[in-house]
Amino acid sequence: MSEAMENILHVENVTMQFGGVVAINNLSMDVNKGEIVALIGPNGAGKTTAFNCITGVYQPTNGAVYFKGKPIAMNHPTGKMKRAYAGQNADKYPQKPIAMTPDAITGLGIARTFQNIRLFKSQTAFENVLIATHLRRTSNLFTATFGLNRKEEKAMREKAMKLLEIVGLADCAGEKATSLPYGKQRRLEIARALATDPELLLLDEPAAGMNPQETEDLAKFIVDIKNEFGLTVFMIEHHMNLVMDISDRIYVIDFGKQIAEGKPEEIQDNPAVIAAYLGVDEE
Amino acid sequence: MKKMSKLQTAICFAVVVLLFVGGWLVEKYAGTSSMAVTVLQKGAVYALLAVSMNLLNGFTGLFSLGQAGFMLVGAYTYAVLTIPMAKRAAIYQYYGGGALQFTMSFLPALLLAGVVAAAFAAIIGFPALRLKSDYLAIATLGFAEIIRAAVQWDVLGPVTNGSNLLKTYPTLKSILKGTFMQGNTVVFVFFMVAVCIGIILLVINSTYGRAFKAIRDDEIAAEAMGINLFKHKQMAFIISSFFAGIGGALLAMYQGSLQANAFKSSMTYEIMLMVVIGGMGSVSGSVIASFLFIACQEWWLRFLDETQFIGDFQIPLLGSGFRMVVFSAIIMVVVLFFRKGLMGDNELWNLKLPKKNGKKVKA
Amino acid sequence: MLNTLLPYLLAGISVGGQYALIAVGYTMVYGILRLINFAHGDIFTAAGFFMVYLTAALPIWQAVPLVIILTVLLGFTVERVAYKPLREAPRMSVMISAIGVSYLLQNLMWYVTGGLAKQYPVLPKLGDTIQIAGASTKVVTLVTPVLTVVLVLALVLLIQRTKIGMAMRAVSKDFETAQLMGIKINSIISTTFIIGSALAAVGSMLYFSNYSTVTPTIGAMPGLKAFVAAVFGGIGSIPGAVIGALIIGICENLIKAAGYTTFSDAFTFALLIVVLLFKPTGLFGEKITEKV
Repeated sequence: MSEAMENILHVENVTMQFGGVVAINNLSMDVNKGEIVALIGPNGAGKTTAFNCITGVYQPTNGAVYFKGKPIAMNHPTGKMKRAYAGQNADKYPQKPIAMTPDAITGLGIARTFQNIRLFKSQTAFENVLIATHLRRTSNLFTATFGLNRKEEKAMREKAMKLLEIVGLADCAGEKATSLPYGKQRRLEIARALATDPELLLLDEPAAGMNPQETEDLAKFIVDIKNEFGLTVFMIEHHMNLVMDISDRIYVIDFGKQIAEGKPEEIQDNPAVIAAYLGVDEE
Repeated sequence: MKKMSKLQTAICFAVVVLLFVGGWLVEKYAGTSSMAVTVLQKGAVYALLAVSMNLLNGFTGLFSLGQAGFMLVGAYTYAVLTIPMAKRAAIYQYYGGGALQFTMSFLPALLLAGVVAAAFAAIIGFPALRLKSDYLAIATLGFAEIIRAAVQWDVLGPVTNGSNLLKTYPTLKSILKGTFMQGNTVVFVFFMVAVCIGIILLVINSTYGRAFKAIRDDEIAAEAMGINLFKHKQMAFIISSFFAGIGGALLAMYQGSLQANAFKSSMTYEIMLMVVIGGMGSVSGSVIASFLFIACQEWWLRFLDETQFIGDFQIPLLGSGFRMVVFSAIIMVVVLFFRKGLMGDNELWNLKLPKKNGKKVKA
Repeated sequence: MLNTLLPYLLAGISVGGQYALIAVGYTMVYGILRLINFAHGDIFTAAGFFMVYLTAALPIWQAVPLVIILTVLLGFTVERVAYKPLREAPRMSVMISAIGVSYLLQNLMWYVTGGLAKQYPVLPKLGDTIQIAGASTKVVTLVTPVLTVVLVLALVLLIQRTKIGMAMRAVSKDFETAQLMGIKINSIISTTFIIGSALAAVGSMLYFSNYSTVTPTIGAMPGLKAFVAAVFGGIGSIPGAVIGALIIGICENLIKAAGYTTFSDAFTFALLIVVLLFKPTGLFGEKITEKV
């Protein structure tokens, strides 16, 4: 991590515990502006849970998350959880808990896609993106209803159409989102996320279900949009080629704990990572 | 929402004009007290009620069953505010002539009916809208029951007249008396309802309407796209209740007298069924279904309620109440086998739209 | 003080027990199908009418089992006809179907009875009046809590100890997995409706012995209250439903004692809202988290 870089996302000692199950254990991560960072790990390692903690879907049981230096989540175990808590640093965040809602966090500039695609089913591809432009509206219910926001409405539509063009879906704008092929649905999710004008884009397995050719295209596409929109990208991915190709840094977690962090070439040779992925004989 | 072409807009306009002319002709030739006019009046009021419920249940995906409660609030607000001073002593005979010592004309009272219902919705929505789907249904149903009980409460009697009848407030007929519209009740109701439904359509087609539909389709994704769930649900709830209040007031105008006991949950259920028959998420579907529903209920199936003979043979089963049995059986068939209803989530004016790839969408 | 309150307390426990018998049906169905069975209250009413019509032709000892059998058949049929075809449909559709069934049953009962209130037959012993601590009450008031406890205990044993009970618990925990494990979902669901309807039939006998007239829409209110009881107790929990029902029954009657009869119904819903806000899982419910 070079010092000149400006931190954009700071995850600090985050533990997420459901009942007795510790899904994430004392995880700390940093993402700097302009980076592409990957989060990898075997199935069930807690990757998506980590994303859910960052985007406000879950409130961490313990720890803090900062976006551009501003706390967006902070908690310490209380009530029943105080006794059941199995993580660390339980006394480190005694302050009043902070739990921003997902929409507020998106408003700050974090957008995401979903592992199990979550498009607006009854809407067309175009409408899916258009809906996401709602966040940056300046019109209120009254002006929007009575058409006093023509200019803005037009700008929203233009923006949505432009994003569809960028992700290469302009010709399926009028199709129902769910009727699109899988790969296009993933791209549509990215377009939709971009419509919220994010600074940090969280991609949850963007290449899942894609063939090698599509994956390669996606790698180029991610780099392209990163440059075009000045984004920072944080992604969960299983396709190692994609991860190694475009990531600046990689975090590896297993059983909710960080087991390695570093540049792609460092991670490739890391014995702990190999053990986690391939398994090792118990001594 | 797709934008309509010029031609489609023109056709829509023509259809609306035709409906008005049709309503006017029916009333002119069949007479104000004919069954056809009754159906048109009541059907129009229910169309508004169904559309306002559809905004919530069909477009925002909130399964709310509080409609009857908000209608009651609207109806009572309207009636209480408009009963002429001279009649108050007689109507509020058990409550010393009532507490309100002023009266207003029908239009501001109608608006206030919506506003008061919306205010109730704002208060109720605050706790209720944080609940998950079916809990919301039962909580809103509960609120409607609480409102109904409260209106009949003795302590509120000087305002609500307790469980006694409210009457002599301006009705459809009496409002038009002496104006150029005299005797044109159907056109009058159509106009009021059309304005309200028109506004609801504008909301649905605005960026806020799109946000409502996003919430319906996937709450988690909507929230991740920066849509504040609670705020938007609250908005939909308040708008829907505003028009439910106005619908309630129009129902009061249509009925000519008012009693809280009529606003039971079965009233909500009926409107819910209209929405389902028309298609959840279709405004035109709700409108068509409401007229069909009322026409069947009040008119077309009437013959089932009377004993009928073919020659000497008495048709079995026919008799008082059979109409409603057949009617509800038909509804069950729709609910079970035609789950999308008449229109699905389509609109009448979108039906002929050729579905070509994206080219119809204008930026 | 106690002397004036005693009749209300007794009535509360009694009506609470009757709600409990209905509430069990709600809570079991909700536990398995996640469906508010809006028609349950009408099945309860139908049981009342079965009794009215059967006792007109048969002696009571024959009528009682027949009423239970007919009610069970009705509950079973409703599930098969109105809910089973919608197994894969969104939950809202099933709930709408339940509302439709409720509407149909009410209209059907209105047609059959001509919309008139029917006098409920006096069941031997249950309808007799007795004196307890200076307060006069019907025998049914005392029988209800006892019978409720016995039936509910039997049901809990069934669920905890038998194979079918285990299957029920499995289905309510995870519908799909239970299916994969070879559990016949449809027969489990039918069993649930059968048990629920049978209890509603017993509940209706006790309830109408107290209130003595049956009308087509009379079941709606006790039905809703029983549902609230089920939510209050923690939906899916049978002991929870019983305790919830007893609390509602008693509170409702105490409110009547305090002179606010208008609000005795409204209270139930106010309670519901308070519970949902502060402890949405009810007294004994389990928390469910949605997977993202």
